[in-house]
Amino acid sequence: MSAVQETASDAPAVEAVPKRAMTLGTGTSLVVLALLIAAPLFVKNFVIFQMTMLLVYGLAVLALNILTGGSGQFSLGQSAFYAVGAYTSAILMEHFGMNYALTLPVAGLICFVFGFLFGQPALRLSGVYLALATFALATAMPQLLKLGYFEYWTGGVQGLVVTKPDAPFGLPISQDMWLYYFTLVITIAIYIFSVNLLKSRSGRAFMAIRDNEIAASAMGIDVALYKTLAFGVSAGITGVAGGLGAIAVQFVAPDGYTITLAISLFLGMVVGGVGWLPGSIIGSAFIIFVPNIAEGISKGLSGAVFGVILFLVIFLVPHGARQVAMVAQHMLGKLKKR
Amino acid sequence: MELFTNQILAGIATGAIYACMALAVVMIYQAIDHLNFAQGEMAMFSTFISWQLMQWGVPYWGAFLLTLVFSFAGGIAIERLLFKPLAKAPILTNVAGFIALFAIINSVAGLIWDFTIKQYPTPFGSSPFLGSQLISTHQAGMIGVTVLLLIALYFFFQFTRIGLAMRAAASLPESARLVGINTSWMIALGWGMAAAIGSIAGMLIAPVVFLEPNMMGGVLIYGFAAAVLGGLTSPFGAVIGGFLVGIFENLAGTYIPGVGNELKLPIALALIVTVLVVKPAGLFGRPIVKRV
Repeated sequence: MSAVQETASDAPAVEAVPKRAMTLGTGTSLVVLALLIAAPLFVKNFVIFQMTMLLVYGLAVLALNILTGGSGQFSLGQSAFYAVGAYTSAILMEHFGMNYALTLPVAGLICFVFGFLFGQPALRLSGVYLALATFALATAMPQLLKLGYFEYWTGGVQGLVVTKPDAPFGLPISQDMWLYYFTLVITIAIYIFSVNLLKSRSGRAFMAIRDNEIAASAMGIDVALYKTLAFGVSAGITGVAGGLGAIAVQFVAPDGYTITLAISLFLGMVVGGVGWLPGSIIGSAFIIFVPNIAEGISKGLSGAVFGVILFLVIFLVPHGARQVAMVAQHMLGKLKKR
Repeated sequence: MELFTNQILAGIATGAIYACMALAVVMIYQAIDHLNFAQGEMAMFSTFISWQLMQWGVPYWGAFLLTLVFSFAGGIAIERLLFKPLAKAPILTNVAGFIALFAIINSVAGLIWDFTIKQYPTPFGSSPFLGSQLISTHQAGMIGVTVLLLIALYFFFQFTRIGLAMRAAASLPESARLVGINTSWMIALGWGMAAAIGSIAGMLIAPVVFLEPNMMGGVLIYGFAAAVLGGLTSPFGAVIGGFLVGIFENLAGTYIPGVGNELKLPIALALIVTVLVVKPAGLFGRPIVKRV
C-alpha cells in the first residue's frame, strides 16, 4: 500500500536471549530434580500419569523452544512431528513387536529426517509465511493418517491401541510409576543434550541466525544448513516426546494430533518464556492443568476463563516464567549480599 | 469442459467468502503487523449481534449498519484495552494474546447464543444467478460487495488524509510520529476498520455456512491462506488470493482422485506453500528488503 520500500534492519522476531540466561543454576537444577524424583512416591497413579504427560509435553515445548528461541524460526507444525513420533512408536510396538524403549530412537530419527527435509522448502520462508507452511503441515497430518492407503498400518480413524509396558527386572512398582521414571530419565538426557547443544558451536550459530541472518552469513555461518538442522533437531525431540506420549496414553488416533496440540505447545513456550529451556516444564504444566482449572471454575465458560487466565499471565509477565525466574534470582542475589 | 467451467464458477463463489475474510486479515496486518487469530471470532460475534438485532425486529440494512458501528467501536475497544498494553511485549506474546481472545469470544458467544445452528437471512435472495445453478444471487451479491469494498478501501487509502496517515504509521512508525501523526490511534483505527470489514464478511458468509459460534474456523484458515498467497501487504492481492484459493480447492476436490472433503484443505494449503516457495512474499506482496 505504501510507496516506501519496507526494510527490516533490526527487530528480530524473537528477542535475543543471552546464552547464560537459557539455563538454570546448578543448585536450582538439583532441587527441581529432587522434586521430580520424589514427587511420585506420594501421589496416586492418575497424578503420576499426569506428571508423565507433564514431562512429555515439556519435551515437546523444549523442542519448539530450540527451534523458535534458539534459531528464531516459528512453527505451528509441531503436532505433525509429534504425531509421526507417536505413530512410529505405536506401529513398531504393535506390528513388529519391538521393545518400547527401542522404538524411541527410531521415532526420533525418523522425525529428525522428516523435520530436516521439511526445513528445506521452509528455508525460503520466514515469519508469517513460515507459520502458514508449518500450519499447513499440522492440518494435513491428521487427514493423511486417516487415508485408506495406510489403514493397515495406522488403523485409520480408529487409531491403534498400545500396550503399556511393565516395570522390568520384577521391580515392585506400578506401570505408571515405572513409565514416569523412564520418561524422567529420557527427559533429563534430552534436556542436558539441548543445553549443551545451545552452548556448542551449532547453538551459537542458531542464535546468530536468530539475531541477524545476514550478519550470521557474513560471519561464515552456513545459514541454510543450520536452519534445517534446527528444524531436524526440534522435530527429532518432538518425535521422541510423541513416542513417549503414545506409550503413556496407550492409544494413538489421528484426532489426538490436530492443530490444537500445536497451538497448545506454542502457548506452553510463550508461558514458559521463549528461549528459556527450563521454562518448558512450566509451560507444559500450564497447558496441562490450566484448561482443567478453567473447566473447574465454570463449565460453560471454560474457554473464556482459560482466555482470561492466559491474558492475565501475559499481562503480568510478558516474557513468561523466565521473567519470574530472573526477578527471583535478582532478589536472591540481593539477599545474599546482605 | 463444462464440468471444468462449472467448478471454476463454484470456486469463485466460495472464493468470494475467503476474499472477504482475507481483506479483513490484510487490513489488520497493515495496521498492527501481526496476523490476528481472533479475527474470525470477532466477525462471528458481530454476525451474532446483527442476528440478535434482526430477532428484535430491526430490518436487515438497519441491523447491518448498526453492526458495522458496533464492530468498529468494539475493534477499537479491544485494541485500547487488551493490546495497547502489550505493544512493547514480544511478538509471540501478542500471538498468545490473540489465541486467548479467540478462546474468550468463542466461549462467550456459545454461552449467549448456544451452539445450535441458526439460519441467517440474505438481502440478495437465493435464486440461481443468470440461470447458473452454481452461483446464486446471494453469492453474486457477495462478490459484488467484496469488489465494492476493495474499491472503497483503495480510495480511502489513496485519496484521504487519514488513509495516508494510516499508511505512513504502518510502514514507518517513527518517521510518521515525527511528522505529527498519532500512530497509536492509527493502530486503533486499523483494528476498528478490520473489525468492521470482518463483520461485513461474517454477515455475507452466514447465509452460506449458517450461523454458529464455530462458523469461522474453516473460513479463517482459508482467509489466512488467501491473504498470505496474495501477499500480506496487498489488499488487492488478498482478494485475488481468496478467489484463487476457492478455485484451487474446488478443482482439487474434483480432479484429484481420492480427495474428499477432508483432504481439500491440506491440498489447498500444500499448493499455497508451493506457490510461496517460488514467491516467498506472495503473489502481489512486496518483498521486504533486509539489511544488517
